[in-house]
Amino acid sequence: MRMLDRKLLRDLWRVKTQVLTIALVVAGGIAGFIGMLSTHESLKLLQSAYYERARFAHVFARVKRAPLAIERRIAQIPGVSGAETTVSYDVLLDIPGTIEPYAARIIALPDGDGTDSRPRINQVTLMAGRWIDAPASNQVLVNETFATARKLKPGDRIAALLNGKREQLEITGIVLSPEYIFPGRAGLGDETSFGIFWMGRKRLAAAYNMEGAFNGVALRLSEHSNSASEAAVIGALDRVLEPYGGTGAHGRGEQWSHRVITQEIDQQRVFGVVLPSIFLAVAVFLLNVVLTRQISLQRGQIAALKALGYPDRAIGMHYLKFVLVIVAIGMVLGLAVGAWFGRGITAMYAGFFRFPSHDYRLDPWIPLVAGFAAIIAAGSGVLTALFRVIRLPPAEAMRAESPPTFHATLLERFGYGRVYSTQVRMILRDVERRPLRAAATVLGVAASVAILISGTWWKDATEYLLDVEFRLREREHISLALTDPVSSAAVHDFAHLPGVLAAEAARDAPVRLYSGTRGHVSYRTTLFGLPRDTQMRLLLDKQLLPVPLPPAGIVLNSRLARYLDVRAGDTVEVQFLQGERRRTRVPVAAVIEEMMERQAYMNRDALNRLLGEGDAISSVRVRLDPARRTAFLQAVKQTPRIAAIVEIDAIIQHFRRTSARFILVFTGILTVFAAIIAIGVVYNNARIALAERAWELASLRVLGFTRREVSGLLLGELALELLVGLPLGWVMGYWLSWSIIQLMHTDTFELPVIIEPHTYAYATLTALAAGVVSALIVRRRIDQLNLVSVLKTRE
Amino acid sequence: MTATTASAGSNAGGAPVFTARGLTKVYRMGEVEVVALRGVDLDIYGGEFVVLLGPSGSGKSTLLNILGGLDVPSGGTAMWHDHDLTRADEAGLTRYRREHVGFVFQFYNLIPSLTARENVALVTEMSQHPMTPEEALALVGLGERLDHYPSQLSGGEQQRVAIARAVAKRPDVLLCDEPTGALDYPTGKLVLEVIARINATLGTTAVVITHNAPIARIADRVMRLADGRIVSIEVNSARVSPSEISW
Repeated sequence: MRMLDRKLLRDLWRVKTQVLTIALVVAGGIAGFIGMLSTHESLKLLQSAYYERARFAHVFARVKRAPLAIERRIAQIPGVSGAETTVSYDVLLDIPGTIEPYAARIIALPDGDGTDSRPRINQVTLMAGRWIDAPASNQVLVNETFATARKLKPGDRIAALLNGKREQLEITGIVLSPEYIFPGRAGLGDETSFGIFWMGRKRLAAAYNMEGAFNGVALRLSEHSNSASEAAVIGALDRVLEPYGGTGAHGRGEQWSHRVITQEIDQQRVFGVVLPSIFLAVAVFLLNVVLTRQISLQRGQIAALKALGYPDRAIGMHYLKFVLVIVAIGMVLGLAVGAWFGRGITAMYAGFFRFPSHDYRLDPWIPLVAGFAAIIAAGSGVLTALFRVIRLPPAEAMRAESPPTFHATLLERFGYGRVYSTQVRMILRDVERRPLRAAATVLGVAASVAILISGTWWKDATEYLLDVEFRLREREHISLALTDPVSSAAVHDFAHLPGVLAAEAARDAPVRLYSGTRGHVSYRTTLFGLPRDTQMRLLLDKQLLPVPLPPAGIVLNSRLARYLDVRAGDTVEVQFLQGERRRTRVPVAAVIEEMMERQAYMNRDALNRLLGEGDAISSVRVRLDPARRTAFLQAVKQTPRIAAIVEIDAIIQHFRRTSARFILVFTGILTVFAAIIAIGVVYNNARIALAERAWELASLRVLGFTRREVSGLLLGELALELLVGLPLGWVMGYWLSWSIIQLMHTDTFELPVIIEPHTYAYATLTALAAGVVSALIVRRRIDQLNLVSVLKTRE
Repeated sequence: MTATTASAGSNAGGAPVFTARGLTKVYRMGEVEVVALRGVDLDIYGGEFVVLLGPSGSGKSTLLNILGGLDVPSGGTAMWHDHDLTRADEAGLTRYRREHVGFVFQFYNLIPSLTARENVALVTEMSQHPMTPEEALALVGLGERLDHYPSQLSGGEQQRVAIARAVAKRPDVLLCDEPTGALDYPTGKLVLEVIARINATLGTTAVVITHNAPIARIADRVMRLADGRIVSIEVNSARVSPSEISW
């Protein structure tokens, strides 16, 4: 056995470049798997650890105004382990030195001094500065994301309109909250322009006349709760809050910040499974090809071993070890790179999510599963080759392999043979004689192009989405949300603000939609009541052509219609989550195409009739003279009853900035991976083709063929395979991107599979470059062919 | 046939096509040096049929490879007419092989993916005044098997395709390294007959390596090699036809 192992080491050393390129492909698969999955696991752990430590609520509810007296009834709901009420309001800020007014939410801290004023549920963690020490004063705490983005620090003073009255707030500390990791609200998801502040309850309640009352409640559930008991608690809470203007309680699933984070984390799992599978498949194919080649080269040696009395099992084991060594190198490399990569991505996300801890954890099951998968995959890849070893009778193995059989290619049989030269004929016949290997090379090249495309197209899709959603559909420059509905006549006040070219008012109502066709499917969203001839919020169909707003009935966007499983002509039940909380059935008048959110639209007058509130509006969209933007923003700061202001340009820039960082990282990683695959496939195939045909190529050199002509034969075959593989890669890349999107169904937006020509070009050129580099290395070997020795022996 | 052999064998007319003086060749095989040629002088004349005879390791293949432009000597000179083969670069040697030399090897070295006709066409496509592949294959008695692939031909047939491929471009010299080495006796004789006929009818200078002494009788001259030197040169006064010899 020891001699066989020595032979193993020497065989491996002789084909070391091939061993390395295959091990790298295996390492890529394992690194991707370990890196992505461990990131997923680490982030999940960090998320739940943070949630537990900060006692993140399970159930949330808002109410118009409820007396503190009912707090006890809420706490007694079965399954509730803790309940805490609060008061919170959305306000507009005026930060010294900034032109833009920023929206913020001010939340009341519990009554009490010092530690007593810390919330028991949704605890906030002090990161810098100090806790407020005078609960009745204007001291506030601010969340870290907003503080960083707006360069706020303890001691700074900012102005806010509290219930229409301008107040100076003093920042004492910077904090983190599990409830506002991603501060945002549906459609306004920009955490850098939406601040979260905490202040003494006495002070805030006094400002809004909420003494002895609350407008928000958070519940923790007992340890053994499940989705059924959660639903029961939500139902009970809704019944308690109903008389006080409750807007419908919900679980974490509908909590904005939690939803965004969970989606991001879940994406890691998709990447962690899809891409490594491709890598392992490519590695299996390479191992198979290399081992088959090794065995046919070593026929004589195998025969000799058999003649010497080595059992088939020992010989089979010898070749299996060959594979295992390659897999082992790949695993060690993959584990190291995967752990490094996982640590980096975890830290990047943990920083992005502002988790207090960035601890990375690599559970042993992840590398174990990766290694097991690699060994199974590689082992099955070499089974056929091993069977050939075992089935080979010694006497036959002693003889040289009979010359390979060739046939006229299909084209020639159809009479097109004259069209091309002898060289081309040789290339085509060779490809046709080993169709599986040629197909495998083509697939390998295609896989690397596909991986490149799948890692790069995001930017194209994001740009397309931004273009359609924020240039074509949302025509306004700025939208303003009002604290409470007002008469539609108020739109004229906004139209007269400086710089306003046009203003359009809408009535937006929080609703929960129930679909009748599929039992209890429901979705909580905003129903936008648009003016009849809306110019600023266009409804578009699949072809991006405007759809007129129907005078009655509800219009759903395609994502919501799919979720509720309804079509135009069906009926949905609309439950308003404010005012009288009316519940009514409304026909679906149309379904329109949108890529973001799950939203519904209605004619404003029709909506107001349903609400029974007269001619009210709750938001205003304006188009601005860009030269007068500053004047407009300054006027807004002085205008009461504005809860939020959103600039479309700011959303676009923020969307671009955050996605760019992640796209850049993933594109970089995937480019390296894809290049490894392309080199692994092209180089190994060229080397094997060279080894198999060295004799033939040397014969041609003897006949007077030049190096260039001989290289042309071998590399021509590669070129042909690249030529077929590249376009196939485009198709596969599109398909892979589409599949990833299907697996990553997100709540907030749905990227269309838009792949621009430059992305195809980038993927093609990268794969091509890897192919050319491999070809050049092999070309050098062709130049060094030893003409004399190759003629001496029949291979 | 005797008339042709007599005139070629006389060596009297014209300058030699090959002239070698003091040829040496040292191979470095790992850490040992193997001396393949230790100072070879020879002249080969146009139209001659020369047999290089010697045991394995005597240097005959090395000599043939140098004459054919496949290898370069470590010392000495080898001239093709006035063309110095020892000073030619890689491209020069390739051009020399392409234009002047036809090779036949022990293992035929046919391209398995091409038919007999196409294997010959491979060479005729890049030659100045070639025969047609059909003519060349008829010359070796394979006019009927034009469209067969190597895997469909016997060893002797494959070797005859190799000869057809070598002569189709009407080379000045035909270099054959153990052309019968892999063949059985009757097939080997058939192949030798083809080489002799081409030498006789086309006037192609032929240099044939063998370790089989009886084959030497079909040549004009026999050069015996041993241990990297030419130890004797014999002129066959009476050349015999391959059909008359046996081994």
